[in-house]
Amino acid sequence: MIEFEWNWAFAWEVLPLLLDACKITLQATLLGSVLAIVIGLLLALLRRSKWKAVGYTAYWWMEFVRSTPLLVQIYFLYYVAPEWGLNLSPMVTGVLALGMHYGAYLSEVFRSGIDGVDKGQWEASIALNLSPYRTYRDVILPQALRAMIPAAGNYIIAMFKETPQLSAITLLEMLQLAKIMGSENFRYLEPFTLVGLIYLVLSLVASTAIRQAERRFPKEGFTLS
Amino acid sequence: MSDFAVEFDNVTKKFGDNVLFEHFNFNIRKNEVVSIIGPSGSGKSTLLRILMTLESIDAGMVRVQGESLWHMQKNGAWLPADERHLRKCRGHMGMVFQHFNLFPHMTVLRNITEAPIHVLGQSKEEARANGMELLRTVGLADKADAYPSRLSGGQKQRVGIARALAMKPSILLLDEITSALDPELVDEVLEVIRKLAAEDAYTMMLVTHEMYFAREISDRVCFFDAGQIVEEGPPEQIFNAPNHERTRAFLNSFLNI
Ligand SMILES: Nc1ncnc2c1ncn2[C@@H]1O[C@H](COP(=O)(O)OP(=O)(O)O)[C@@H](O)[C@H]1O
Ligand SMILES: [Mg+2]
Repeated sequence: MIEFEWNWAFAWEVLPLLLDACKITLQATLLGSVLAIVIGLLLALLRRSKWKAVGYTAYWWMEFVRSTPLLVQIYFLYYVAPEWGLNLSPMVTGVLALGMHYGAYLSEVFRSGIDGVDKGQWEASIALNLSPYRTYRDVILPQALRAMIPAAGNYIIAMFKETPQLSAITLLEMLQLAKIMGSENFRYLEPFTLVGLIYLVLSLVASTAIRQAERRFPKEGFTLS
Repeated sequence: MSDFAVEFDNVTKKFGDNVLFEHFNFNIRKNEVVSIIGPSGSGKSTLLRILMTLESIDAGMVRVQGESLWHMQKNGAWLPADERHLRKCRGHMGMVFQHFNLFPHMTVLRNITEAPIHVLGQSKEEARANGMELLRTVGLADKADAYPSRLSGGQKQRVGIARALAMKPSILLLDEITSALDPELVDEVLEVIRKLAAEDAYTMMLVTHEMYFAREISDRVCFFDAGQIVEEGPPEQIFNAPNHERTRAFLNSFLNI
């Protein structure tokens, strides 16, 4: 018979295990974020390319990725890619899927951040003969970054909250472990409640950190070198 | 070698269906100081922006220091200029903007040294030494480590001038560089330009509404209207004895305010 009262002893027993699995969750989020930032920036720059075909391709790629469910992309990488000789571990698959999916969203954030920089900054860069690389790196991106922080941060938190989807390809992240613990002990209340609480605490910490980062981001003196 | 620093040869420039310049011809001699005056919307900025490659042309030929700007010759054939060619041509010119366009996240000195380091390949020490020298020239040596937001408009514009000079241009393009300034700050900027003009080392094209200043430093004044040079000549002639009714009307509108 299943009890409905909270069992502290059981909760204390599963908590360390869940926290351990949380490392997997965080690892996937962290690596996924780095990849998403790289992909997002690349897509944003490609969309501004002077070759129209490149810009359109990047745009349609972004639209395509954003219009299909993350889970479909995860399954695709995990089950279909091997047929083309690409065998990836659940973790690598997860990071690729998250990076690709959220990279598409971030590209839009980066694009509007870049568009927000005063047109005179581009003109001064041309007049000073700066290369496109220098223009982006030294002039445009440092000024665009502050405006990008809130939206980009929210997408990274959203990514963090979607990591349970990786359990579908047997990645032993937090939720997957909670499910196993629950079925082994015939008690789901404590593991699932704890998972919810861990997500809640980490999401709150992250969104506070993002707000701080935005507030404290130096108006002046921030350069990428 | 051409005697001209800048040549517009039969140039057409359109914005959509709007034709701004058509069969436009205009030459500027080396080390000549030319003021361009005229009503708003007459194409003064576009003229400078075409030279700085901020706007392209639709037909004709523009030459900078004898070199075609928007076209390049390859194996005897004329092709549209590629980025490398444009970068080479841009090296002859420096531009100062009405709204300064300083880099707000960089210190004054870094604003000035950024391009010399990364475009001219100067060492940091060399670029800083040159930058400090230029800041002394424009009277702002004590502001080297300040950020642009701490400067007055006049100081910002003097940094803008120093930043352009740091690239060692032979042609200076000055587009209404005092129009965004409070009246009491105009003179400190014009003083810098006055000194530069006296050095006789630069070809200068300045778009300006400061008529007394145009009169004082120009070798030639050109009155623009609707994409055409209505009248040009030595400042005494343009200001004392303009030939055209439109020029007179334009100059009168300045006397009345
Ligand atoms: N980017 C642009 N797109 C469309 N029209 C433009 C653009 N830039 C300038 N123009 C038009 O070209 C004309 C000349 O502009 P401009 O060179 O800025 O004049 P000025 O500097 O003499 O005031 C104006 O009628 C203006 O509306
Ligand atoms: Mg103008």
